[in-house]
Amino acid sequence: MDKIVPAPFGKWLILRRLCQFGILALFLASPWLGVWLLKGNLASSLVLERLPLTDPFIALQSLAAGHDLAATAVLGALIVAGFYLLVGGRAYCAWVCPINPVTDAAAALRRAFGLRATWKLRRQTRYWIAAAVVVASAVTGTIAWEVINPITMLHRGLVFGMGAAWVVVLAIFLFDLFAAKHGWCGHLCPVGAFYGVLGSASLLRVSAVRRDACTHCGDCFHICPEPQVINPALYGGASGVSPVITDRDCINCGRCLDVCGEDVFQFTTRFGAGHAPSSKQKNERANQK
Amino acid sequence: MALEGEKKRWPAAAGLSAMTRRGALTRLGRLFLAAVAVGAALADYGRRGRALAATAIRPPGALPEPEFLAACVRCGLCVRDCPYDTLRLAEMGEPVPVGTPFFLARDIPCEMCEDIPCVKACPTGALDPALTDIKAADMGLAVFVGVDRCYSFNGVGACRACFIACPVKGEAITMELLVKDGRSVFLPTVHAESCTGCGKCEKDCITEEASIKVLPRRLAQTDTGLAGRHG
Repeated sequence: MDKIVPAPFGKWLILRRLCQFGILALFLASPWLGVWLLKGNLASSLVLERLPLTDPFIALQSLAAGHDLAATAVLGALIVAGFYLLVGGRAYCAWVCPINPVTDAAAALRRAFGLRATWKLRRQTRYWIAAAVVVASAVTGTIAWEVINPITMLHRGLVFGMGAAWVVVLAIFLFDLFAAKHGWCGHLCPVGAFYGVLGSASLLRVSAVRRDACTHCGDCFHICPEPQVINPALYGGASGVSPVITDRDCINCGRCLDVCGEDVFQFTTRFGAGHAPSSKQKNERANQK
Repeated sequence: MALEGEKKRWPAAAGLSAMTRRGALTRLGRLFLAAVAVGAALADYGRRGRALAATAIRPPGALPEPEFLAACVRCGLCVRDCPYDTLRLAEMGEPVPVGTPFFLARDIPCEMCEDIPCVKACPTGALDPALTDIKAADMGLAVFVGVDRCYSFNGVGACRACFIACPVKGEAITMELLVKDGRSVFLPTVHAESCTGCGKCEKDCITEEASIKVLPRRLAQTDTGLAGRHG
């Protein structure tokens, strides 16, 4: 249990990093290329000078603050919301958010150095913070979270100029490293909470398709930033619980797919039980036995 | 890898059932209080974060400051579409709400593009799309602050850099003839109803510290209703 094993790299982790840094690169490279592939920042942007995208949580706060949001931003927010309704709300957290590599780095260091001490936070806290943010927006008449939001602060900093915003990012890194395991993204961030609620009915899910092959090695629990989502799907077979992970906290990062030695997990739709194992996988299983 | 005989109970599962056993109401109450505290702290921080430096001028068409902060998502699309690199987003630590667009007239003033690309770029309406004539823009108001420095007003020279720079030619700034200490001098005079606050006068002023400055109208102009009452 206490043995320190560095988590292996895997296909999904590499794809995720490519996606995160690719999006950032598109924002950064456009001024140099002279072609606006992506213009603006994660709060609101234009794809190829045409397609508007707006963060629906920021749009919601603006509406709560009493602003009559212009059509472009409303359309942009609907497009983004619709997209995450399909691919999983918190796919934003795993595949887009620039804070994710920061907190992932803190989690990796925690694992590498066996740092176990953690401040016990509640997973639900973030949902209350998200509600408080919307109320604060309505009360103050401002987009409340944007005065502090480390996501847009880091992303805007990288694209437009950082100023002292790195202090906020460093604070989150240190908080996750020393104060609380998966502290920020897993317990406090209201943006992730919003996307979680948004995507609670989303189509794309991780499923413990081959849960019968589970050896209880604990690798998936060890690596998962939201390990509470795995339990019912992985061990609920006897009580008839579906192997599909439907918990809104799951960020669809695919790390469980990467680390599982038995290929228990797969990306599926929320309705499907996933593909049958490929013939190659079947052969491998047969050989193992 | 060897298969283990039986399923273990994982800590996460144990934690879950322990949590459900604990008083759910107490837990909710505590979370609610925490949320209220976070909200209040955020509101307070946000209120202080509204401080806006007097020299920071908002882009054309910007809603009045309180409405602007409800509308601006700080995306920088106005900055990107400004052809003169006038606009920029406030970085953390600057005396402007972080991430919001502004310009410093003495550095790069607004060139008053006729098609107003920054307003067109704004996705939220924080820059009001109702502004279609740039001469109706109200970014601020130029104020003459050069009583002791202005070359023209002090009769040192025939400078009229601000008058020449002004894009609302002959309307927003006029040079008014005055007799001062027995000498004829020209006073740069701003006409509030025509000035758009573009800041070209401030940029071109030749004194080391500009003798004419653009300020947000809330600072630069006293209640216009008052003059009406006296009139």
